[in-house]
Amino acid sequence: MALNTQPVTINIGPHHPSTHGVFRMRVTFDGENIQDMEMVVGYLHRGTEKLAEERQYTQVITLTDRLDYVASMTNNQAFVLSCEQLLHMQVPERGMYLRVIAAELQRIASHLIGIGFFLQDLGAFATPVMYCFRERERILDLFEMLCGARVTVSYMRIGGVFADTPDDFWPAYRRLLDDLPNYIDELDRLLSTNEILLIRTKNVAILDPAQAINGSITGPVLRSTGVAWDLRKANPYDVYDRLKFDVPVGAVGDNYDRFAIRLAEIRQSLRMLQQCAIQIEPGPVRATMEMLFRPPPGEAYVPIESPKGELGFYLVSDGSIAPYRCHVRAPSYINLSLLKEMLVGWKLADMIVTFGSIDINMGEVDR
Amino acid sequence: MEGALRDNTIFSSVYDFVLNHVVPDGWDGWEWAAYGIAAMSVIMLVVNSLFALTTWYTYFERRLLGRFQNRIGPNRAGPFGLLQPIADAIKLLTKEDTLPRASDRLIFNVAPVLMLATTFMIVAVIPFGEGSFLADLNIGILYISGVSSMAVIAILMAGWASANKYAMFGSMRAVAALISYEIPVVLSLLSVVILTGSMSLVDIVEGQSLPYLLVLPLAFLVFVVGISAELNRPPFDLAEAESEIIAGYHTEYSGMKFGIFQLAEFANVLLASAIITLIFLQGWRWAILPSHLWFLLKVFGTATLFIWIRATLPRLRIDQVLAFAWKFLLPLGLINVLAAAIEKLVWADPSNSELLLMATINWGVAIVAVAVFATAVNNGRHVPVHTVIAGVPPGVSSAEGVY
Amino acid sequence: MYGLGMAKGFGVTLRNLFRKPFTVQYPEEQPTQHPRFRGQEFTWYEDRCTGCASCAKYCPLGIIRIVTDPHGGHEQEGGNYKIEVFDIDQGRCMYCGLCVEACPFDALHMGTSFEAARNRRSDLVVPMELLKSREKHPSTWFRPQMERANYNPYSQAAEDDKAVGREPFLWHPKRPEMRSYSETPEASTGTNPPRNEDVLGNGEQE
Repeated sequence: MALNTQPVTINIGPHHPSTHGVFRMRVTFDGENIQDMEMVVGYLHRGTEKLAEERQYTQVITLTDRLDYVASMTNNQAFVLSCEQLLHMQVPERGMYLRVIAAELQRIASHLIGIGFFLQDLGAFATPVMYCFRERERILDLFEMLCGARVTVSYMRIGGVFADTPDDFWPAYRRLLDDLPNYIDELDRLLSTNEILLIRTKNVAILDPAQAINGSITGPVLRSTGVAWDLRKANPYDVYDRLKFDVPVGAVGDNYDRFAIRLAEIRQSLRMLQQCAIQIEPGPVRATMEMLFRPPPGEAYVPIESPKGELGFYLVSDGSIAPYRCHVRAPSYINLSLLKEMLVGWKLADMIVTFGSIDINMGEVDR
Repeated sequence: MEGALRDNTIFSSVYDFVLNHVVPDGWDGWEWAAYGIAAMSVIMLVVNSLFALTTWYTYFERRLLGRFQNRIGPNRAGPFGLLQPIADAIKLLTKEDTLPRASDRLIFNVAPVLMLATTFMIVAVIPFGEGSFLADLNIGILYISGVSSMAVIAILMAGWASANKYAMFGSMRAVAALISYEIPVVLSLLSVVILTGSMSLVDIVEGQSLPYLLVLPLAFLVFVVGISAELNRPPFDLAEAESEIIAGYHTEYSGMKFGIFQLAEFANVLLASAIITLIFLQGWRWAILPSHLWFLLKVFGTATLFIWIRATLPRLRIDQVLAFAWKFLLPLGLINVLAAAIEKLVWADPSNSELLLMATINWGVAIVAVAVFATAVNNGRHVPVHTVIAGVPPGVSSAEGVY
Repeated sequence: MYGLGMAKGFGVTLRNLFRKPFTVQYPEEQPTQHPRFRGQEFTWYEDRCTGCASCAKYCPLGIIRIVTDPHGGHEQEGGNYKIEVFDIDQGRCMYCGLCVEACPFDALHMGTSFEAARNRRSDLVVPMELLKSREKHPSTWFRPQMERANYNPYSQAAEDDKAVGREPFLWHPKRPEMRSYSETPEASTGTNPPRNEDVLGNGEQE
């Protein structure tokens, strides 16, 4: 019996419980199958790059906090690395170690949010979110000890970090490193072998490695397709060349891989944090420099491996105290470019889950 | 006075009061008025208790879900948050009652009413305690499965009348799932009926010398899973999947109409728990406590099972839900009916020891059947298992081993 | 086999049912805060403030408003301008602390509160009188001399500006004479983590 059907176009979001911020998609459905998808972004555009042209370099650090607001430390790190590249400035050892500690703690926090909300999108009614946030609270308490703020940290400065750790930081740090592996194992036990999760996410929305490289995808999404590319190994910055860690790589490139890689990366970050605490030496945490940072004319781009992918600030300086141009290479925005190819052919229920598995942050997408 | 209510103390006392004290002497033929007033008062009592129980069940669910998630549930409205349901009710009553312009007004308004009506019709046959019921139909089970199917129509009406694509999505999915799961549920009920020999709920409770949970474990499993799908509870809550289609079939409803949907849904959960306790857990029997209290405890205990499932499992996709019903639950239900029928044929009126023997056989059959079908379902999907390995990008010197 | 993974999940939720909840019952319980917390209610010592307006210049949002009256002439080096207006608009402040970082005389400090909400946006502008008169609980953010003195703003106020000490201008190599203003010894380079493995548990020996 041939039914006379018609594809229907639905507008998903910007007001939607699961679009990780204000994100809009216009999706064409045939029943429940996705035929076409069009992305509309820009609902969170705040003009960061333009604002950066009118602020001194140190003030721009406060702007960078707010780009990927769940991973502020890595945003700061990317920016100050580019600034230091303009002057070829050398950062003291302890400053570099503290940066790496902050960045890896932030990676754990960001991946916890990514995992929690991925599982929430699958329907596990807020239970994984609560468990992940419980652990993230302890990391945010550590950040409060380091720099006085939990989310928009502004911890790093050009030449290092702004201040050394307080006395009560290291005991709390040790307690976290002791407890966190057990909680990650518990999270693993909760859902990684759950049959419903496996059915929903295995072999769904597969991304091809060649497609991914062509589309400039980076970060856990790229590594899930099988390409072993991690900027901390390929292009080491700060002290990553002295730390031993593995790079988890997926095999298939489906939703489950992207989720499992984030869990594995948390474990690797814990490993790095242990090593940092052993290797760190007393010393200055910030290079001496002028109050007003005034680099010679030039340009610099130092990409880092943020939790979402390759984050870099392309800075053009014209010799004044503010950057002439500051462009953010936002990994979330670029990772979204292949969302349509990943989704076409799958169902409505897979759409939100795939979108969550890429783990984007609208602050970065829209800047 | 006639009917099943003659033993009901409330009914009889109200009846006597009206007939002997209110109606003036000398007036004849007013028994019908007394009967009507007495019946109405019993019904009001039952209906209001159901409402109250449902609202405090929502509170219980939120607190328990909170504890599963390492947090406290609502605890601000009143001592321990006990007045939270009242706060919710006031909030819903004071909201604007919206009506989408393109919607079909009559169907839009009737849908929640129909949903609640089916709930109340089921309450009529549930015995809450010893001799305490509104009606003891001798086709109780058939009545329940028939009436609960009407909820499907209510969901379809709600989705259609909303003139909203999200709502249509939700209601279409819900209809597909609900009618698929009717069959396994009815099959498991059928096995219970075979063993008891009667469809009346009171007879089923009184006939359970050993709880049917032990004697018919496969029926219990199929029923619990099937009724979760019928109730749109996680992991089958695709009809109102909050993260995907916002709220499914009740997206466009606001105010008390939405409240009625929520009430009907949670009341259905309580009623399903009640049916499970009556059929599988010996209902209100086994005295230490008074029978009503025992019944209430068992109902809330079964409801805890539903809440625990909700806290743990993610959602299934619609095609997986349907596959689960037709390929997993239906064969299990059929095996269960076959086993029950054969056993009834062999032992027509089993004593306790024979019941225990039946129980052991049934547990064996259950474990074997579930294992066989579980692996069969899994193997049919050809999901390749892969592991996450360590990798080093080309051109970098040091390789640090395998993760 | 279908069902084993789900059973493990059920075990985890059951175990969490019996754990103590993680909730902090605010406002009966206060959340724990570190002395370095960058909070509202800035602390300002007017004796130290020279009216140089470095904080106003360094603020990314330009929310500090300073009006000084120099009698129409120059002030001598080492003197203070007379300050007529010193307003901080807390409504638009993002609590980044760059103003505190900029102050060369340690006159401005971050506060410790997070509950300074008001009903009107104009009430959020903190005028100079309020900065002068209210109780001072300076945060130790960017003030290492206060951290070395183990000052905890949550347990005591610091009314006297001598109590907060002063840190030499560490990053400006052109003003070594400012080190004479410091009443505290040479700035330390911070705390170290404990080095022995038994403190850190059985970590990797790398």
